[in-house]
Amino acid sequence: MKTKLLWIQGLSCNGNVHSFFNYPALEQFLEDFSFIHHPLIDSEFSLEEIVSSYHACDILLIEGAIADDFMRGGKRIIDTILLYAPYVKKIVTVGTCATFGGIFKESPYQNSSGFLYHEEKKSERFAHFQDKVVSISGCPVHPDILVNTLYMLKENMALHLDSFYRPKEFFAYTVHNGCTRNEYFEYKVDNHNFGEKEGCMFYDHGCQAPFTHGSCNKILWNEVNSKTRAGEPCHGCTEPHFPRPDLYVTKKNMGIPQYLPLDVPKRAYLTLSGVTKAFKISRLEKKLIDE
Amino acid sequence: MARASKEEKKTTIMLEALKLFSKEGFYSTTIPDIARSLGMSVGNLYNYFKSKDILAKEIIKYISAYLGNELRKINDRDISAKEKIHNIVTIYFQTAQEQPEMIEYFLRIYLANREVFKDGCEGMICVSDFVTEIMIFFEEGVRKGELRDQDFFSAFGLFMGYLGGMVFLFGEKVLPEELDNYVDDISLNIYKALKSDEN
Repeated sequence: MKTKLLWIQGLSCNGNVHSFFNYPALEQFLEDFSFIHHPLIDSEFSLEEIVSSYHACDILLIEGAIADDFMRGGKRIIDTILLYAPYVKKIVTVGTCATFGGIFKESPYQNSSGFLYHEEKKSERFAHFQDKVVSISGCPVHPDILVNTLYMLKENMALHLDSFYRPKEFFAYTVHNGCTRNEYFEYKVDNHNFGEKEGCMFYDHGCQAPFTHGSCNKILWNEVNSKTRAGEPCHGCTEPHFPRPDLYVTKKNMGIPQYLPLDVPKRAYLTLSGVTKAFKISRLEKKLIDE
Repeated sequence: MARASKEEKKTTIMLEALKLFSKEGFYSTTIPDIARSLGMSVGNLYNYFKSKDILAKEIIKYISAYLGNELRKINDRDISAKEKIHNIVTIYFQTAQEQPEMIEYFLRIYLANREVFKDGCEGMICVSDFVTEIMIFFEEGVRKGELRDQDFFSAFGLFMGYLGGMVFLFGEKVLPEELDNYVDDISLNIYKALKSDEN
């Protein structure tokens, strides 16, 4: 039997919908799941029907930030959530805006935030639904991670969640895990130009991969690539404080990065980096293919 | 009496070597001199340090660890950057007065004889305990808005170059007064040079 989904949008740019459409086996997915309503897919009920009365479904998917006075389909989005949240089995926040507020937490609407969180602070508004929540943060959401999570929910598999209700299966890792620039990271060689294969972007170019939870370098985007592989720093898009200012600059205090690799004590980091910086690895200082 | 452990014995040798280097000079002091001064055989001393160069490197690491440990205690205190600067200057000058051979070794032997230290003490490897604590002090000071953000070495050179210079003058007996008497002024000068514009 198909699992019934309802996809609704708060303050959103549609980015998560578009990312979801890149799921390679979308046809198979639609064999196993159906949308009672989706903003861009023809579905059983219109938005007006969805917001005016309850229609049975299994999982509520929320995309975008929530605000007290934000309307969708002529109704406050909060009221639509309250219409469905008590009855669905699970509530999945799709993307970082729905999870932590993302860029739309800066909007002029009242109390813009994620469903459960404003950055890392839990809000009271929907706290009584927290046991149903699974957060899939990301800007946008990674289609494979969203779909795999939905299949795990469909099959009633045990989901181990982190403190923000994100599945550890995907969010226990850092984006640094699997990065192809590991040699440059190890020997503290930034020396990077955007788009090039050479250099680690953590030291000068703002890469947040060593302290960002996600599987971007394990489960590749479009099955082929990731930001860091393509020569673009990780922007930390799965985390509560996304987007931080100055995404292309490493925030440093007297030359020392303010944000260090996850759980690495500052003393240990500084001691290690002092050692590796003492060595010049000529192979890493120039282009790999130099002819 | 319990026999000294190997580590304790190594420390004893390093401290004796420090005294002799300070008194007789680094190149004039030989391993047999150090052994004789300790009343041990040359062969036995080689059990602890295989060469004078290795001993030299171990000594600089020992001094760096000693000062790093003192700085760490200061870093762990919940006090302002201004107070930390005063504490760091105090401990540095105190060490220079009470154990002058330590600071002298750093200034006159480690910095002046890089060829001895080039293999194994590249960059700041052998002084990392000390430098790490200075980094932590700077980083926290900037993060809390007490110190101005700037290039690490510009700040490091100002701080350590200044202290090193004063100790050097003290060692040359140029200073009319004891080092203690300069702590307040020098701490204030360093603070004024490093503080953020808002303070």
